[in-house]
Formats: sequence, structure tokens, C-alpha cells
Amino acid sequence: MSLTTAHSVVAPSANSKRIAGTIIVAYALISIVPLLWIFATSFKTPPDSIAYPPKIVFQPSIEGYCNLFTTRTRQAPEYINSLGPATGICDETARERNMVIAGPSNFLPRFVNSLIIAFGSTFCAVFLGTLSAYGFSRFKVPLADDLLFFILSTRFMPPIAVAIPIYLMYRELGLSDTALGMILLYTAVNVSLAVWLLKGFIDEIPREYEEAAMIDGYTRLQAFWRTVLPQATTGIAATAIFCLIFAWNEYAFASLLTSGTAQTAPPFIPTIIGEGGQDWPAVAAGTTIFLVPILVFTILLRKQLLRGITFGAVRK
Amino acid sequence: MLNRTAENAARATPEPLARKVRGISDKGLAWLFISPTILLLLAINIFPLFWAIYLSFTNYRANRSNEVVKNLGFANYQRILGDQDVWIAMQTTAHFVFWTILLQTVIGFTLAWLIDRKFRGHAFWTTIILVPMMLSPAVVGNFWRFLYQPQTGLFNYIVAFFTGVPPSSFEMLGSVQLAPWAIVIVDTWMWTPYVMLICLAGLRSIPEYIYEAAEVDRASNWRQFWSITLPMALPFIMLAVLFRGIENFKMFDMVNLLTGGGPGSTTEVASITLKRQAFESWRTGYSSAFAIILFVAVFGLANIYVKALNKVKQR
Repeated sequence: MSLTTAHSVVAPSANSKRIAGTIIVAYALISIVPLLWIFATSFKTPPDSIAYPPKIVFQPSIEGYCNLFTTRTRQAPEYINSLGPATGICDETARERNMVIAGPSNFLPRFVNSLIIAFGSTFCAVFLGTLSAYGFSRFKVPLADDLLFFILSTRFMPPIAVAIPIYLMYRELGLSDTALGMILLYTAVNVSLAVWLLKGFIDEIPREYEEAAMIDGYTRLQAFWRTVLPQATTGIAATAIFCLIFAWNEYAFASLLTSGTAQTAPPFIPTIIGEGGQDWPAVAAGTTIFLVPILVFTILLRKQLLRGITFGAVRK
Repeated sequence: MLNRTAENAARATPEPLARKVRGISDKGLAWLFISPTILLLLAINIFPLFWAIYLSFTNYRANRSNEVVKNLGFANYQRILGDQDVWIAMQTTAHFVFWTILLQTVIGFTLAWLIDRKFRGHAFWTTIILVPMMLSPAVVGNFWRFLYQPQTGLFNYIVAFFTGVPPSSFEMLGSVQLAPWAIVIVDTWMWTPYVMLICLAGLRSIPEYIYEAAEVDRASNWRQFWSITLPMALPFIMLAVLFRGIENFKMFDMVNLLTGGGPGSTTEVASITLKRQAFESWRTGYSSAFAIILFVAVFGLANIYVKALNKVKQR
């Protein structure tokens, strides 16, 4: 490791670095074009969004965001003129298109559902995962390897295959289209990741801390609470973010098991339609609002990403 | 078996420590900590799985729960294995898995190999490249439909710009020839960073001194690549390939939103067939049998994957 200096005979030459850098920057720029396009489209008017050739320079508008949060009805111009002054910028844009805002759209409730279900399931998965990971890390559990494999294997089940019996089970239990049902389901899917990831993090905390605490008179439980948990905070936070991202992004279960009150944002966003087809600026606005938290989390997590996607096996 | 392990654990604990442990025993605590997770998984994953196995032997239909349920034995399984549509769906899935993995591995490894040159700013650009894989395949897949619009989509415009064919002359999602590739493109865009990140870990795990020894032996760069870099990064590449293989084998969300299996059934991968049978035709028994077959296949792959995981496990 210490040999990785400018003097190393195997260090890449300046020229090869320059070529590598150019290719990587080019790839990075191309690969974020679709994301920039989503962002740009969210600030276009519907006609601008489907203009040919595609408009790179355009007059920004918040019509997409207005349309995302409202439902509108078409009205006769005489009726619109008979109304009082517009109550806000969204009202104004709607009136320009001979529309009147009829009420709020379903986006906000769906977004709130996403928040409740993602945070609820993340809390449960991390809670259960921390306990199990500690159990597997510190105690001799019979058949530990088999149990760990069993836990991980549940994550690989094809979601549609799981959804068939879950659909029937939830129908019997009255959990169909409820936030509680979705939280339970996402907790079950996420707990496998949480156990594996957290086991890696807890394995890294030296046992000596707890042993010292126990010699000082703490019970095992107190030692866990007072010495292991505080040291595992980074690991727990990283695990929580991974669970949150999974639950936030999930579509297959959500689209099959929720339809109304508990529907989350991913199955809702594709259904945003305007007059004559998909309202792309509104879809783009919804997508932007939906993606921004993930972007923030990705940047926060960048050092732990590798660990997260390999269930804790590869640590760099 | 249980007792002996507990005894071993007790013996392994130093005497003064063992006396200090008050209240709940270590063994009790271990089970107290682990059992909630196991119980949850039994309730949400294993119990439904057994229910599905039971249903797979019946003609049950979830939309007609009052009908008498008949036991069909293995008839559902026989029908699936003889069903032309199922075989076509499996071929579509295989085609999709093969091309996405090939492209993602080649591009992902190349990118990792270039990033490993550690040029200035590589950390920043790596983070940018990683962004697509963190996003929701459904939400982003849905937006790609906009990019693929034949008249006005950005993708068609760019292709037209570089090749000169009119942008309205081809429909990425509407044409039988192009639709499978449209999905392969989105999946590759989204998941190449995943393969790249794991390959990068593989490349960084190769100790410097091996290259120095090769340099002393005057091995050519080409020779070093084939004899050191590739074989030593191979367990990591395998890990990425296996995981992507499993994930794409059960691919649902992105395909469902991009094409919904269409046009016709050209992009109908196994999960889409399963969804159509289970939640549109409501052939619950039949689709349960299909689900069990997919389970078994994925379970086999997952087993190999966990072995690969343990192989690259560090420390």
C-alpha cells in the first residue's frame, strides 16, 4: 500500500491518466443527460416539452409543478372571466389555458404514503436487524450460517411470485391497501439486508469494549445498549438509508397490493395524465421531487455504497 | 446439539465474566434478539410460500373464491412445462439477461479499469456515474418512455442527429425489433454503475507488489492484464454478474412501465407473464405453480451467489 507513490514503477503514466479521465468524464456526462432532461422538462410548459427539435433553451415555467399538485377542469372563457382575480400563480397559469383549478391532486397523499411506509418499514427493519445482527455477531447460534443464508435468500424471491400469496393473505387479514401491510412487507424484505450489513458493522467493533463493561458490572444487555450501539451509529445510519432507498423506490409490490389509500408514489407517478395523454411536465415534476432525496442520500452514502450493494461482504 | 453449543459458549466465557452475567443468559438473549426477525420472515415469506405451494396443486382462482377448489395434482406444472407462451417468456428473459449482463460487464469493467488510474477528480466523477443505480427503476423507466417518443423524444432526436435517419422513422418501444433493445439500453444505463463499483473493488484488492514483480519480470502490459488483473478481479466480476443475473431474471418494474410486455408479447419476460396470469387472468393455481418454478430457479442461483459472497469476503 505504501508503495502507491509517484515513484512506483507501476503507477499509471500522466498520459494514460488523462485519457482515462476524459473517457470517464464523457461517460458520466452522457449518463446524467436523462436526469438533467427530467429536471429541465419539469420546468417546461406542455407544448415546450413535446416541441421538435427538443428545446434546450426555453422559458422556465412552473406549470408542471402546478399541474402535479392540482386537478383542473376546462371551462368556458366567459365563466373564467366572471370569476374574481386569480388567487395564485397556479391559478393564473391554469386560467391562461382556459382551465380552473378543481382541487388538489392525489400526488401529495401518495407522497405522504411513501414517506410513512418508507420510514415505518426502515425503522422496523433496522430495529430487528440490529438485534439479530448483534445476536449473530456475538453469540454462538446453532446453524448460524444456514439461518443467515435463509435470511438473505428471502430477499431474492421474485416479487410477483411473493405477491400472489401475500395478496390472498392480506385479503383475509384485511391488510390489503393499508400502510401497515406495506410496512410489514417492506420490513420483511429489508430486514435481510439490515441483518447482513449490520452484522458486518458490529463484527468490526472489538468485543473488548463489552467485556470491559461487563467486568465493570454491566449486564450483557446494558453492555449492548451502552457500548455497542453508540459505536455502531454510522453503520446503523448507513443501513437505514439503504433500507429507506429500497422502500422508497419499490414498485412491484406497491403496484399489485395497493390501489388507493395506501398507494405510494412510484405506482402513482406513471398515472399522471393531462388532456390527451401523459402530462409530461407534471410527470417530470413528480419524478424530480421523488428523486431529489435519493440524490442527497447517494452523496451521503458514497463511501458505504459498495458495502450496501454486496450485503456487507466487500468493504473496500 | 443445542445444549452442547451453549455449553461450549459457556466454557468459552471467562469464569469471572460468566459470573457477572446477571439476569438473562447469553443463550436466551441470542434467541430473544434473533427470533423476531425469523418470526417475521416466517410469517411474511415462508408461510405465503407454503400457501403458494398448496395453491399450485389446485385450480383456485382468487377472483372466484366461492368456487369449489379442486386438487389437480401436478397438472399445473405439466401444463406450464408444455405451455408455448411460458417457453417464449423464458427465452425473452434469457435474451434480456444475456445482453444486459454482457453489456454491463464489459462497460462496467472498462469504466472501473479506467477509474483505477486514479486521475484527478476520479472520486467526484465516480459518484456522478453511480447516481442512476440508486434511483427507482419504475419512476425512471417511466420517464424513459418520454425519451423514446418517436416524434419528439430526446433519444430519437440524438440518434437522428448522429445517423441522419428521420427521428419519426423508428419507434423504440413500439417496434417488435427494437423494443427488446430499448429495455436493454435502459437497464444497461441504470446498472452498469453497479458492476463498475464491484469491479473497482476487485481491481483495488489486487496488491501492488504483484504488478511490481511482473514489471521486474518484464511482463508486457497486455500480459499483466490477462495474467494478473483479470484473474484476480474475476471473483468480484462473478459476484456482480450473479447478482445482476438474479435481479434481471426476475425483472418486473422497468419492463412493466416501459413496454408492459408489448408490443404483443415481444418483451414479455417471466415476471410479466406471471403478473398477467396471476393478476389479470386470475389463474391463481396455475400462476402459483409458475411462481414456484421461478422460486426454485432463483433459489439455486442465490445459493451460488452466497458462496461467491463468502469467497470475496474480506477480513
